[in-house]
Amino acid sequence: MLQSSWLIPLFPLLSFILLLILRKSKSESTAWIGVLLTGISLVLSVGVWLAVWQGDFIKVEGTWFQIGERAITMGYEVNPLNALMLVIVSLVSFLVHLYSKGYMHGDERFPVFFAYLGLFSFAMLGLVLSPNLLQLYMFWELVGLGSFLLIGFYYFKPEAKAAAKKAFVMTRIGDVGLFIGMVLLFWQVGSFEYDEIFASVKNGDISSGMLTLTALCIFVGAIGKSGQLPLHTWLPDAMEGPTPVSALIHAATMVAAGVYLVAAMYPLFQASETALTVVAVVGGVTAIFAASIGLMQKDIKRVLAYSTVSQLGYMMLALGASGYVAGIFHLTTHAFFKALLFLAAGSVIHAVHTQNIEEMGGLWKKLRVTGPLFLIGALAISGVPLLSGFFSKDEILASTYADGKYGLFWLAVVAAFMTAFYMFRLFFLVFTGKPRGDQSGVHESPGVMTLPMIVLGVLAVVAGYLNTTWFGTFLSDYLARGPVELPHAEHHGPGWIPIVATAASLLGIALAYLIYRRGALSRDWMTRSLPGLSDVIYNKWYVDEGYDATFVKGTKGLSKLGILFDKYVVDGLVAAVVSGVQGLSKIGSRLQNGQVQSYGTFAIFGIVILLLIVALTGGYFS
Amino acid sequence: MSSIPLAAYLMLALILFCIGLFGALTKRNAVIVLISIELMLNAVNINLVAFAKYSINPGLTGQIFSLFTITVAAAEAAVGLAILIALYRNRQTVNVDEMDTMKR
Repeated sequence: MLQSSWLIPLFPLLSFILLLILRKSKSESTAWIGVLLTGISLVLSVGVWLAVWQGDFIKVEGTWFQIGERAITMGYEVNPLNALMLVIVSLVSFLVHLYSKGYMHGDERFPVFFAYLGLFSFAMLGLVLSPNLLQLYMFWELVGLGSFLLIGFYYFKPEAKAAAKKAFVMTRIGDVGLFIGMVLLFWQVGSFEYDEIFASVKNGDISSGMLTLTALCIFVGAIGKSGQLPLHTWLPDAMEGPTPVSALIHAATMVAAGVYLVAAMYPLFQASETALTVVAVVGGVTAIFAASIGLMQKDIKRVLAYSTVSQLGYMMLALGASGYVAGIFHLTTHAFFKALLFLAAGSVIHAVHTQNIEEMGGLWKKLRVTGPLFLIGALAISGVPLLSGFFSKDEILASTYADGKYGLFWLAVVAAFMTAFYMFRLFFLVFTGKPRGDQSGVHESPGVMTLPMIVLGVLAVVAGYLNTTWFGTFLSDYLARGPVELPHAEHHGPGWIPIVATAASLLGIALAYLIYRRGALSRDWMTRSLPGLSDVIYNKWYVDEGYDATFVKGTKGLSKLGILFDKYVVDGLVAAVVSGVQGLSKIGSRLQNGQVQSYGTFAIFGIVILLLIVALTGGYFS
Repeated sequence: MSSIPLAAYLMLALILFCIGLFGALTKRNAVIVLISIELMLNAVNINLVAFAKYSINPGLTGQIFSLFTITVAAAEAAVGLAILIALYRNRQTVNVDEMDTMKR
């Protein structure tokens, strides 16, 4: 089983190639190619995962090329962490393929969409299987390309085009950091291999300053991909893409690649206390920052996007607080419930043809399947007990507390409260109350769309039981078999933490209920009581505006300076050379006027000058 | 005879040469140009004769050489005039300015 794990990414690649060939096809049954091939990938991934569960690992490598004495290798590796990622990625990819069959119905470039999905799945699975940083980096960029193509799928919409470019550029900033970190590591270790890097980290071959620097550079890459502060602005804009894409790329898989990267390089981070603290602080601040923006967004997908940013912040916080298992656990559960929420949101959008939650309302009765599934997702992400989000969030809080990061702990609790509030604000506004828009043609989505949601709904409920204190810590036992030495096997905080977390989330739900369902509190009491703050939050803390004022304007100013420099200095130099040569040649051509007498005059002058020189120097230049 | 120094002859030759040169380079009429060239040749002849008489070992070489020069100059003048007449027949002008076929 494990020997064939290299086949897993190749099926989506095959799907990509086949669908590109068939891209002109009008038949929507082309979608089945993608569904079938990712289905095979899924089956293989599950097989590999089961084998790994039983304790088999594999690492196969061959030399790709040789630089001096250093061999650059290529290959594949399966360990507990990436086997888990394989399953998550191929499962979500498969479900999204299935869902898109219904969602993209009637689109002109139907096969192209599935081709791009295939390309992305290939890249993501390849990224996960990579045994060295160089290979990871190549797939990392390919994943970015897939994301770019899919965000810009509706390329005729200027917003989608801008969003695609923004996503590409913003993540590229992070990629440069990753690249620098990678090169530094290669310089220090002489290899891109994870194993060799970890070995030399363990032996203390790298100075501690360099360790921190490389870890932080790699973390910059993770910041870019996972939409952490301050490079998060591309992720909400990426919602311009079709909703299944948001579910696959911008909720479950690609944005989790940053978290995966930190987890995969974890021994490096563990060796540097500073790096871990930075990871935790960035994660914690992002969690609350994005959650606060999510409170006031009006676009259903953007609320979910900010929620994704916030949850990714949670994962980073967990990793930074030595909660390796907690981070991976939350990655897993989040992939399921956030993909579910996005697919449900897509189903809503599919039904009402708007993304503005102000124009929805009262959809519970009309969307009999989507509604309850959305509710499950919302309950799971809010951390209501017994659903998956509760367990993973609780573990993150516990490990943060156990690590002694009390400030970040309370930040995370507040973020959990906000999460519950904005999710249920969304739920009550969309599904309850009176319709606030035209809902004449609203009907439930077809079976190909509801089925993936049901699967994800079930997983969103049960995935939490992978790792509980009650039934067994399967996930941490499983991950402990991997190459990463877990920080502390037991890091359960005090028993009051789950109670606090539950209280925070129930309080958030209750507040949302009071405001948006019962109307007991006026909807704008916060806006009225804190006008300044709510303005800032509504405008997303003016981050985009800030970037516009500094980096965009700065770059434009610089380029204007460059234009001026080019126009006056470079072009001026060229013009000076040109006119100099032209002037010289004009003088020269004036000499050649065909008049014997002027030739004679010049000859005489020449002789006079020569004679003068001879006379002055005393002959023969002695 | 010997009261006239060499410098006087040389100065005369120089002045004559310069007048000839000036005429040759500035006059537009081809005939005058030819005459100016003769002036320059004669300046050279004066030089030859003067050096023949006043040099460290005086002799007749310079004077005989100037005779040759006069002969050659006469021949040259004849050829020059012939060319000039041929040119005049062709171009209906003796103006040196208009004789710029080297450029065309």
